[in-house]
Amino acid sequence: MSEYTFTPYNVIRGDWCIMEKMVSAKDRLLKSGNNRMDGELRGKILVILCAVIMISATIAITIFLGTKGLQSFIKNGVSLIEFITSTNWNPTNQAKPEYGTLPFIFGSFAVTFLSALVAAPLGIGGAIFMTEIAPSWGRNILQPVIELLVGIPSVVYGFIGLSVLVPFIRENVGGLGFSLLSGTIVLSVMILPTVTTIATDSMSSLPKTLREGSYALGATRWQTIRKVLIPAALPTLLTAIVLGMARAFGEALAVQMVIGNVKDLPSSLLDASATLTTIITLNMGHTTYGSVENNTLWSMGLILLVMSFAFILLIRYLSSRRKM
Amino acid sequence: MNSKSADRIASGIFYLIALIIILILVGLFYYILFNGLKNISLHFLTAPSSNIMAGGGIRDQLFNSFYVLFITMLIAVPLGIGGGIYMAEYAKPGKVTDIIRSCVEVLASLPSIVIGMFGLLMFVNLTGWGYTILGGALALTVFNLPVIVRVSEDAIRSVPRELKEASLALGITHWHTIKTVILPSAFPSILTGIILASGRVFGEAAALIFTAGLSTPRLDYANWNPFSATSPLNIFRPAETLAVHIWSVNTQGLIPDVEEVSSGAAAVLIISVLIFNLLARWIGSMIHRKITATK
Repeated sequence: MSEYTFTPYNVIRGDWCIMEKMVSAKDRLLKSGNNRMDGELRGKILVILCAVIMISATIAITIFLGTKGLQSFIKNGVSLIEFITSTNWNPTNQAKPEYGTLPFIFGSFAVTFLSALVAAPLGIGGAIFMTEIAPSWGRNILQPVIELLVGIPSVVYGFIGLSVLVPFIRENVGGLGFSLLSGTIVLSVMILPTVTTIATDSMSSLPKTLREGSYALGATRWQTIRKVLIPAALPTLLTAIVLGMARAFGEALAVQMVIGNVKDLPSSLLDASATLTTIITLNMGHTTYGSVENNTLWSMGLILLVMSFAFILLIRYLSSRRKM
Repeated sequence: MNSKSADRIASGIFYLIALIIILILVGLFYYILFNGLKNISLHFLTAPSSNIMAGGGIRDQLFNSFYVLFITMLIAVPLGIGGGIYMAEYAKPGKVTDIIRSCVEVLASLPSIVIGMFGLLMFVNLTGWGYTILGGALALTVFNLPVIVRVSEDAIRSVPRELKEASLALGITHWHTIKTVILPSAFPSILTGIILASGRVFGEAAALIFTAGLSTPRLDYANWNPFSATSPLNIFRPAETLAVHIWSVNTQGLIPDVEEVSSGAAAVLIISVLIFNLLARWIGSMIHRKITATK
């Protein structure tokens, strides 16, 4: 009996009479008592502490990045209007440094929207394939494919973009290869699994009666998908796209490896460009901490933070529409 | 065009989309494994990396990746499970819970580079540690915490109500019930989630560039004293992980064999992530079988 382990399953099966034989009931009752309540309190404090740490991490990130990001405007006197609207980025110019980040902001939004434009039809199409066209075997194949795509680290996407996509575009399409187009393609593949997963969840959670009602009226499968299922799932499908865009907006290394990182506003898809994240990654390491240029990088980080809050609000808005 | 043929064309397009997605994955894996596996050798895995010359390996980077992952999980798992328990068992619906939920949501959606910047500010500059493994691990904890919280909350919520009620009916206190009844039966799903999160941490680079640094000091693997500067176990030394290494040789490296080193390293990274995925599935199904006694 010494091997006997006391597990919850045994308790529920009623095995604990064995336990009682080992330790007399009197001893057990004397032993427990107060310290059991102590453990109760200790446990509660422990998990509340975990929750408090989570809240304080979020607040700390917001406050630290907020104050640090505002320093370039408050302490260094960089004009906010110039920062957001000027296209001239010459922080190292001794005589007249300029801190216009419009090209990078534009680059970030451009790759985000363009990659969403590519990934949304593919992702939603994949989701419809899994839920409507081939629910049994199609899902068995596509589901693991999507899960594997999620698992590929972003630097690997960047490396493949750099060694396959960039030369391919240079030789077959034109330009240097380092371009908005390369960044868009790499990001589209990266956000594809996000869009597909959420779109699949939303399509498969639609009530079966919707489909049956539509088929009973004599609609074809395509008519059912287009006129009944997509409108019904629209808010969640939009959430899927917005989540994908949020991921694309914040992605740094993969984009940095393929986009070319020039400070000029791109005039075509084949021009090299830069995004907020790529400029931060590139310059954070070799600017002096506390210098004006370094502070403007933190301001760009603040823009990323604010955008990620904006994406959350957008998703909230979309899911509140879904409940109605 | 009648609706029948429109239906057929649409179906064709959906098949095409599915095919494209599959081809993307097959292409990526084919490229990584085909180009990478021929560069992986015992020498590659066990030689130190080189900054200038060809023929460097990834020994230190590989060790650093696993070590950073280990330290991260050491911090993030207890915190995350604690947070999950709070959300599933103690949190009452109301303002406070809503705030915590929003915090988790915010943390989950922060770009990893923003977390890296926060790490740089907090764990590198404010503490005065400089680039350290601990700083990297703490940044990755922030990055990883929401995933573990969500996984453990879901796992705890999906424990059958009867189990919990039976335990409470026996007079066992709430915390004791959580410890001895709820956690053990939620454990398989929590473990699966943690292993999947490990794969994500293993491949993460952006948050580590600013916190764990781009260099590794000369390491002496015979030195097991965690406080010695040359010891691999020292958590206050800079550490370049495998994912960071791929990025840095491609963007600022001087070595002539960039292509070979990074394709080999990418293959090692992908294979590790694959192993994490398979392990998660295997352990999940094994424990499930053991507990539910299904064949």
